[in-house]
Amino acid sequence: MEGVLHQIISGIATGSIYASISLALVMIFLATHHINFAQGEMAMFSTYIALTLIQAGVPYWGAFVLTLVFSFVGGLVMQRTLLEPLARAPVLASVGAFLGLLLIFNNIAGWLFTYTLQPFPTPFGTGAPILGGMLSRHELGSTAVTLVVLTAVWAFFRYTKLGLALRGAAYNPVSSRLVGVPVARMLALGWGLAAAIGAIAGMMVAPIVFLDPNMMGGVLLYAFAGALLGGITSPLGAVVGGVLMGVIENIAGAYVVGTELKLTTALVIIVVVLVVKPTGLFGKALASRV
Amino acid sequence: MADAAPILEAKGLHAAYGPVRVLHGIDFVVNTGGVTALLGANGAGKTTTLRAICGMVRSTGDLMFDGRRINNLPTEAIAAMRVGHVPDGRGTFMELTVEENLRLGGYTRRDSIEPDLERMFGYFPKLKDRFRQQAGTLSGGEQQMLAIARALMIKPRLLLLDEPSFGLAPLIVREIFGIMKQIIATERTSILLVEQNASLALTVADMAYLLETGKIVMSGSAEEIRRDESVRRSYLGY
Repeated sequence: MEGVLHQIISGIATGSIYASISLALVMIFLATHHINFAQGEMAMFSTYIALTLIQAGVPYWGAFVLTLVFSFVGGLVMQRTLLEPLARAPVLASVGAFLGLLLIFNNIAGWLFTYTLQPFPTPFGTGAPILGGMLSRHELGSTAVTLVVLTAVWAFFRYTKLGLALRGAAYNPVSSRLVGVPVARMLALGWGLAAAIGAIAGMMVAPIVFLDPNMMGGVLLYAFAGALLGGITSPLGAVVGGVLMGVIENIAGAYVVGTELKLTTALVIIVVVLVVKPTGLFGKALASRV
Repeated sequence: MADAAPILEAKGLHAAYGPVRVLHGIDFVVNTGGVTALLGANGAGKTTTLRAICGMVRSTGDLMFDGRRINNLPTEAIAAMRVGHVPDGRGTFMELTVEENLRLGGYTRRDSIEPDLERMFGYFPKLKDRFRQQAGTLSGGEQQMLAIARALMIKPRLLLLDEPSFGLAPLIVREIFGIMKQIIATERTSILLVEQNASLALTVADMAYLLETGKIVMSGSAEEIRRDESVRRSYLGY
């Protein structure tokens, strides 16, 4: 029984990291109706930036903040230069661009930083596990960081004028322009935010899985499954779904399919959600009367 | 009641969707503080005229707003000049609450919008009851009220209204036009009203233009248009 509890608690810890990526996916999806397959690789690349800064002697939290700024600006510039021109192109053009970005980031990272696994430091110390040995300090710390970030993002969208404009631009670009919201700028801002959120996830997961150019492949898959499970149209659903995926992954890995096959649970969940309840747990087929 | 200089003046306005030409050089004015009605059947080019004004469709010719040529400016730049638009299909932010819809309406404002929220509830008490409700769950009439209130939040110098009667029950239409008369009497905004329902539009307008397949075929004071024999037969139905 204690074993199950352990699996659940550490599942919540990794799940909170998936939740960040799920949220980034959902943010882009709401605004563009596309899944950014490169979201994971962008996060991986950001994490290498952080590692480079740390190795150059920048203190951890300084490197953390600089990486967020870099990722935010990078996401913004990518949207303006690469994706904006594709806004009116057929869906496949965007899908192609996202897959292209995935490969480009993966290869550039491999070329610049090599494909060898590298340890990534944790700012939370490596002392004895806590909660009766169930949770490492890093797991607790990364969960806390993720929670703070997610709360901040939620508050930003819920309580600020800019957050409201971002939501408006995502839901109804035409009406947004009519009330004076610069929709193109909002989309770029959304990309910047998603990239920064992804970077945090990258920096939090790297100490657990070690950093290499393929680090985020599995994470992206779990995060995508989480986003679908929670409801691809629901930011709250993305967070809940991401956390659930962490728990499901651990339970399935320990008791059902074994660690070698646990990535398949993500695929099973994706298929089951799409077949049984495509709107996910929290996503809504929107209520509207005409 | 209207000042000398028009707030909006169109001269030889052409507009097209790609190769499909919709407006063939139309002239009209909206007087400052006045209400101009643009009448005509489906497909005459009424909605396209409004879209040309707010830069949603490319136009040639002249569109002068407050003495400045505004053809093909970005839509958000037009909004920033305080042109409020109640679009075709109402443009409700379905996923957002009534409150958020109204706050977005005031996006370009730098001053406090709280007093205006209260003022909107004065015109539309129903919106107050539904303040925190998702706008997609409102009835058609309520969404129309929300669209008008949202456009008023910009403190419009010019308000563009695209068929506020569209798809609504006669009783609701009467209610909305009743409120609109109240708004016209209180707010100092100029209005360009597009309507298929000519008799209704002529009750609030002071000037009217009749649009047929992209051309103005008749213009005059609302009174003259209402009296005209051919308009009466074709558009007023009595």
